[in-house]
Amino acid sequence: MIEMQNLSLEIHGQPILRDVSFDLRPGEVFGLVGESGSGKSMTALALMRLLPHGSRLSGLATIDGADLTALSEAEMCDLRGNRIGMIFQEPMTALNPVQTIGAQVAETLRIHCGTPRAEARARAVEVLARVGLPEERFGLDRYPHQLSGGQRQRVCIAMAIALRPALLIADEPTTALDVTTQAQILDLLKRLVAEDGMALMLITHDLAVVAGMADHLAVMQKGEIVESGLTGAVLGEMRHPYTRALFEASGHRPDPPPAPQEKAPLLELRQVTRDYPAARRGLFRRPAPFRAVSDVSFTLRRGESLGLVGESGCGKSTLTRAILGLEELQGGEIRLDGEKVAAGQHMPAHMRRKMQVVFQDPYGSFNPRWRVGRLVAEPFHLTGWPEDTEGRVAEALEAVGLQARDAAKYIHEFSGGQRQRIAIARALITRPEMIVLDEAVSALDVRVRAQILDLLADLRARFGLSYLFISHDLSVVRAITDRVLVMRAGRIVERGGTEAVFADPQHAYTRELIAAAPVLPAHWPQGRTGDAGALV
Amino acid sequence: MRWPAQMILGAALTALFLAVALVSLIWVPHDVAALNIAAKLLPPSAAHPLGTDHFGRDMLSMLMVGARSSIAVALVAVGIGVAAGVPLGLLAAARHGGWVDELVMRGNDLIFAFPALVIAILITAVFGPSALNAILAIGIFNIPVFARVTRGGALSLWRLDYILAARVAGKGALRISAEHILPNILNLLIVQGTIQFSLGILAEAGLSYVGLGAQPPTPSWGRMLAEAQTMIYTAPRLALLPGLAIVTMVLGLNLLGDGLRDLLDPRLRRRTA
Amino acid sequence: MLRYAAARLVSLGLSLVAASLVIFAVIEVIPGDPAAFMLGLNAEPDTVAALRDELGLNGSLPARYLDWVGGMLRGDFGLSYTYRVPVAELVAQRLWVSLPLAMLSLALSTLIAIPVGVIAAARRGQAADYGIMGATQLGIAVPNFWFAMLLVLVFAVKLRWFNAGGFPGWEAGVFSALKALTLPAVALALPQAAILARVMRSALIETLGQDYIRTARAKGLNARQTIRRHALRNALIPVLTIIGLQFSFLLAGAIIIENVFYLPGLGRLIFQGITQRDLVVVESVVMLLVFAVIVVTFLVDIAYGAADPRLRHRR
Repeated sequence: MIEMQNLSLEIHGQPILRDVSFDLRPGEVFGLVGESGSGKSMTALALMRLLPHGSRLSGLATIDGADLTALSEAEMCDLRGNRIGMIFQEPMTALNPVQTIGAQVAETLRIHCGTPRAEARARAVEVLARVGLPEERFGLDRYPHQLSGGQRQRVCIAMAIALRPALLIADEPTTALDVTTQAQILDLLKRLVAEDGMALMLITHDLAVVAGMADHLAVMQKGEIVESGLTGAVLGEMRHPYTRALFEASGHRPDPPPAPQEKAPLLELRQVTRDYPAARRGLFRRPAPFRAVSDVSFTLRRGESLGLVGESGCGKSTLTRAILGLEELQGGEIRLDGEKVAAGQHMPAHMRRKMQVVFQDPYGSFNPRWRVGRLVAEPFHLTGWPEDTEGRVAEALEAVGLQARDAAKYIHEFSGGQRQRIAIARALITRPEMIVLDEAVSALDVRVRAQILDLLADLRARFGLSYLFISHDLSVVRAITDRVLVMRAGRIVERGGTEAVFADPQHAYTRELIAAAPVLPAHWPQGRTGDAGALV
Repeated sequence: MRWPAQMILGAALTALFLAVALVSLIWVPHDVAALNIAAKLLPPSAAHPLGTDHFGRDMLSMLMVGARSSIAVALVAVGIGVAAGVPLGLLAAARHGGWVDELVMRGNDLIFAFPALVIAILITAVFGPSALNAILAIGIFNIPVFARVTRGGALSLWRLDYILAARVAGKGALRISAEHILPNILNLLIVQGTIQFSLGILAEAGLSYVGLGAQPPTPSWGRMLAEAQTMIYTAPRLALLPGLAIVTMVLGLNLLGDGLRDLLDPRLRRRTA
Repeated sequence: MLRYAAARLVSLGLSLVAASLVIFAVIEVIPGDPAAFMLGLNAEPDTVAALRDELGLNGSLPARYLDWVGGMLRGDFGLSYTYRVPVAELVAQRLWVSLPLAMLSLALSTLIAIPVGVIAAARRGQAADYGIMGATQLGIAVPNFWFAMLLVLVFAVKLRWFNAGGFPGWEAGVFSALKALTLPAVALALPQAAILARVMRSALIETLGQDYIRTARAKGLNARQTIRRHALRNALIPVLTIIGLQFSFLLAGAIIIENVFYLPGLGRLIFQGITQRDLVVVESVVMLLVFAVIVVTFLVDIAYGAADPRLRHRR
């Protein structure tokens, strides 16, 4: 049993955590949920005593009777990786790129138990097999860059549980992974908890994930726990307004706009194919090109919102760039409003004007040196600068819920959600017919995301826009699209009305995707205890 | 801002030397071309604050004009590096993966195989030693430095979404390089510029020490050191002063460069997340 | 790994060819008529013609180039115009001064800089770090030949621990030869060590900020183990490139510093060659210097490939 009592943390005088208290029981999953900046990661780092300089920790954290806050650094080193293990969010950078996975897993054993090299290697093979990386397919001499994100996370898990710790802390372990991979990793964690009887502290911003995994749940806001208890009780009763807000936002669906009247297609793709030349292997041999997009056809009607879902590597980014005229096609054609889309700068301005983009990363989407007004007005490069540029900029900013005077500010003065609004304003300025939203809400916190989805629905109704909504997040796609396309390995494997596809998927892959996605049911049965079984 | 005192010291030293060099264009205490054997090796006095050298020339005046030589060479060499290197780097980044990029990279590697001294040797073997040839040699060596830094900085920016947004807005690579890329790598270039400037001072000193820089009667710090070498036991002052001048100027430039780097580092700028 | 090494070898070959073309173009094409250039304006046409024959300048440019390259591959660098001795002989003796000097300085510089840089990074923000940063700040501002003069003043003149200059030759014994190279090597090494220490420090600081360091701490490694097993090895990889670059600076520096110590190295040879317009000597020595730099770059690339598995598995 691991107990936290009134844990408080200050960093350089700033309060970060305040009176955080909870218990972690062996064999059980504890979910710590909250938005970014809530302090959930800091709680984990405080437990591991891996805090930055200038931190002051007070309170009590006991494991096996010993107070973690009072131990020396050497004693903490003994505990870490041994009695408490931790895995982090970014598996792509969590492993040392120049060491083999075998060496990194074996290191835990050699550091804590002084195990000789040969024996440590043998144990490493066992542990890697436990996490789903059997030696025949994943030799000890593999390097991290030869593994996928999910596989690397498994290696991290192997390192963390090699010595069968009493507690495993998982800080957003699946946020950076695909939906199917996420499901596999979460299943793995559940299995390890059952097999080893260890406690799992699962930190996440995703209520759906935690609802499906955790026995106990705590909701954090601004460094404090606002509500905690059995998962069923917390989600069933939702006493605290913040919990309710989170719950509402997680399953939020904006009011659907009226169905599109016109039948004429705005965007048409016919048998679009895009190949990439493969890297040269030898001096003379050149292998077959890699087919990123294969024979894709679909139409987008005016006023319609079409979703494109797929996991990473399925080709949706390439397809998006092709639609925007930034990639050449090796086959098929794309037509916007009847006119053919040609790649490169050859796309005539009047066509580009009709189609605008909103990207995923609110921080990389803008030149940090330009003021907001200039940023929002950049697409006027296509149409020519109107007489009343300032007025048009003000109009766009107000349409997205900001103010005209924000045009004079710099982009770093705005939050992530506000930046996405500015990005949408930039997309609106040329009064386009269609907006491509490439993972536009994926990097946002859940409440902000709900607001942006509302904004998008509102804009669609007001201006008669069409959306091509690309996302890996099924719940978001379900919230905002009329029709959906499912993409895999460069092909469209299923298409149809969004509700129809989700309710009754035809293709095996679609079924797999939907099964893997954690779902937060709209109504939680009151008083459910303990059993956090699958809720698909 | 870390260590502002450091940067102020650096800026002050740099400004001092620049001022001295500019002043020397219009006035020096004594004529440096005039030899006055009678007044040779005088210790510091009111008329000669730093004494005289073995030909009776006033050390202070020599140092002042020497500053002008060094700064002129290093500055123009940086100019050459920037004027040729930055466009090449931008071009290579804009056409990343293509033959232009490959060509620029190969060209860089080729020039890097020739240390600045060797370039100077090649040029002076055919054209004879002079300040101009020293400028050319150092300048040519600066080109791949700036090309590489520019290309690296530009490449990391090309990946960002706002560049993609500009392409969607219909802008071509040239325009994007000018409007978006260049302003955002300016910081990198300024810092590299001060580094190359200080390296240029050192390189010029080395070249004139071996006789490949500014020729007599133009004084230069490096040649002053070469002449002072035989008298190092009898008149160490002649060897110490030019050396100290070089160290102080380069130190000032480096402190300024470090200070600028800290000042302009975007990661230190406040951000609301 | 083999494929990577082979690719690097091809690159080496191409670089050598390109460099030799550049050198050939500058020395033999730009002056117009190298023979006339060497003899000066007042030379008799007969003398010029005779020299042209002797130097084999009457063939076509491509033929002359191939001749030159072929000669070099056989070890024949032509006849020095001033000394009337095969350039290969002149160079061989002097190479054994310049090259060991450069390598000694490289070794010294690395041995000093790596530990110093590591200490500064490990004690970042503390007194030791400030001290090291201050010392290196001074070190990189010092011209190596001036530093050499100061060393001579202190250690040779005042303390009489070393000779002020000269080189007894390797035949006089390894120990006395190395003793003669000590002051020059130290003079070359310290300013370079200052640069390298700073590079090591910033490479290590950057590495310590990486995610996999956090993973290592979470596994229970203490600070020292983390640095030794993860941070240091990874940080050394970019430092390796700098060490390779340093060799080219040290070689150039060695040539300059020979002047301070009156060492019979390549420096004296080449500077005299310039003043005497002995293009044969200049051409050959420059080619050798560039060859040395390109080979060292190749070795660094190989070491890089051995150290960083990501490079080997790409493409």
